[in-house]
Amino acid sequence: MIETKEKSKKSKILEALESQDVSAYFEDPLENEMILNMGPQHPATHGVLRLLIRLNGETIIGTVPEVGYLHRGYEKLAENMTFHEYIPHTDRLDYLSPLANNVAYVLAVEKLAGIEVPKRAQFIRVVIAEMARIMSHLVAVGSTAMDVGALTVLLWCFREREKLQDIQDIFTGVRFTTSFTRIGGLANDMSDESIGALKNFLGEFPGKLDEIERLLLKNRIFIQRCEGVGVISKHDAIAMGLTGPNLRASGVQHDLRRDEPYLVYPELDFDIPVYEDGDSLARFYLRLEEMKESVKIIRQALDKLPVGPINAALPKKVLPRKENIYSKMEELIQDFMLINFGISMPVGEIYHAIENSKGELGFYISSLGQGSPWRLKIHAPSFMNIQVLPILLKNHLISDVVAIIGSIDPVMGEADK
Amino acid sequence: MKNLKQVLLDKLANNFNISNESTQECQGDLTIVIPKEKLLDICTFLRDDFELSFDMCKDVVGVDYNRHEYRFEVVYNLYSLKNKFRFLLKVKVDESNIHIPSVVDIWPGANWPEREVYDFFGIIFDRHPDLRRIYMPEEFEYFPLRKEFPLMGIHGSIPLPYK
Amino acid sequence: MGIIEREGFFTTKLETLINWTRKNSLWPMPMGLSCCAIEMMSFAGPRFDVSRFGSEVFRFSPRQSDVMIVAGTTTYKMAKVVRKIYDQMPDPKWVISMGACASSGGMYRTYSVVQGIDLFLPVDIYVAGCPPRSDSVLKALLQLQEKIQRGETFVQTKKGTIET
Repeated sequence: MIETKEKSKKSKILEALESQDVSAYFEDPLENEMILNMGPQHPATHGVLRLLIRLNGETIIGTVPEVGYLHRGYEKLAENMTFHEYIPHTDRLDYLSPLANNVAYVLAVEKLAGIEVPKRAQFIRVVIAEMARIMSHLVAVGSTAMDVGALTVLLWCFREREKLQDIQDIFTGVRFTTSFTRIGGLANDMSDESIGALKNFLGEFPGKLDEIERLLLKNRIFIQRCEGVGVISKHDAIAMGLTGPNLRASGVQHDLRRDEPYLVYPELDFDIPVYEDGDSLARFYLRLEEMKESVKIIRQALDKLPVGPINAALPKKVLPRKENIYSKMEELIQDFMLINFGISMPVGEIYHAIENSKGELGFYISSLGQGSPWRLKIHAPSFMNIQVLPILLKNHLISDVVAIIGSIDPVMGEADK
Repeated sequence: MKNLKQVLLDKLANNFNISNESTQECQGDLTIVIPKEKLLDICTFLRDDFELSFDMCKDVVGVDYNRHEYRFEVVYNLYSLKNKFRFLLKVKVDESNIHIPSVVDIWPGANWPEREVYDFFGIIFDRHPDLRRIYMPEEFEYFPLRKEFPLMGIHGSIPLPYK
Repeated sequence: MGIIEREGFFTTKLETLINWTRKNSLWPMPMGLSCCAIEMMSFAGPRFDVSRFGSEVFRFSPRQSDVMIVAGTTTYKMAKVVRKIYDQMPDPKWVISMGACASSGGMYRTYSVVQGIDLFLPVDIYVAGCPPRSDSVLKALLQLQEKIQRGETFVQTKKGTIET
């Protein structure tokens, strides 16, 4: 009786680790089997990821990742608020690229509501989505390099990121959590000042990127720590549902900007870098390459930026401009109705995804025709990416763990929802 | 890709007797409802068929429709890299028999999404290798995304540390 | 504090001296939980440069730190971990609650989020904002320094001995 009670006390995560079919074999009597707990508060886990690692000497033979330490109940929240009210919550999903999350969410809602956004707004959305990609990849590159010991790269990356955050500040009014998009358009137009600042930045950024690259491209220590570490094959990557840079580093040409085109990406000319190796180094270089492509995309989008309105002229679905609410009766009534009762949506279920910096960020919305979604499911790329950690970590040394987690680039905000 | 949609519907109709009435379309997104018993067969077929080759299961979504029969629905978001085609496969689950076969053997990537559905709705995936709660603490007793669960939770259901 | 002229001495209370040294080398324990952690990183970064105030040494080990900056949403699952880390920090220790989520639950009035870390931790400074700009965190640090300077280091116990 007592024995069963003792057994039930054992945490389920430990049971999951011990039930894995692995065997440890020791030649050296000083080595033995050990279970190591890493996280949830660990500088290399990029947030609150927890790993339970089973070691044979120094070799990892089994891993159980545990998430949920940042579970904030996003999906339940969405059911309790209108479609408009939910936009600020999407900022905090993947908090390294809030602008892109805003775009992803409103695109899904617009698909459900059947709203066509003016061309200018679409171009600006491309610009901000790519800005967000650069901002996110800068942190990914910097923190991976820091994890394997190159602290300078982190500081340099943050220096560049601060510049982008300043542009974001001029552009949206906040440094960080932007809530910039609206259903059917944008909160504000892009001012000439912000376009100028962005063009300035684009002028000098490739040079700075080269500097960062030069620190690492021929750095033997860095390459030895990342090359051949954490390899995932093409077949495994597809089967495990990896998306984004992590999938493309394994040799799969899959990018939603090409495969399921949205916004004005078909009108722009850009490459999709693909690496074949599937190791940490490939994932790292791929992010550097993607930033260069993003620079290309932003330049083209800014050149082609058409003149026109930024909000769709659909009074029953799109929020009116603030200055009109204060001066015109109809707009005031519209605003009141939209804020209090929400948009009347068609009945049905849709899924829409964009290529975010981490991978495919999708929203599944099931609507029963009310002002709030009946069910909103976030398909978070980091969630699927963390799932492959047991495969990546197997048979590596304990010191490789940080190099692998850094290259996968998880953000717990969206993985835990 | 309208072509492939027709191929998919034809193949499902010929091999598994899935009628066209069980498909829905909303803003261009195709949803096919299939009976629970045929889930594993259909999924294996979809993955292995050379022409269709749905090699990615992107997501598993649980929905609580809060009605008497078939309260829950489980939606599989399938993607074919070869054809660049996506559709939603839907299975209805009754509250009295809340079991559904797991597709982890077919798509290993469905592992965590299925755990998530279990955590939120309490739907049990049979033959799942590691069916534990994923987000909520292990000792949590409720299923938070069911419609009867209040947004603010149940007071005292998760203990806080002493002050 | 007084300076004795021409002698090269100055007089002060021991308490003031200890508080002065303490406040100028506060080593933070960065409890980076979510979005605020990124702002906390720029707070330590080259632009806002917290080392001007003596707090650049971010220690990920609780045993080596003085002030815990709880940056981000604390869930019930994480609360136990936060408390455990706080308990491991040596006395004297302080807590800065950074951001709306840590201070009050913020925009997450849901089943899984603790509605303010003061439910299980003693908090010294609350910083508003979602996330707060790095400057406000700097201000919080300065306010904490003032608080430490004001504080009583030596406490008279019942037995008449003096303890820190």
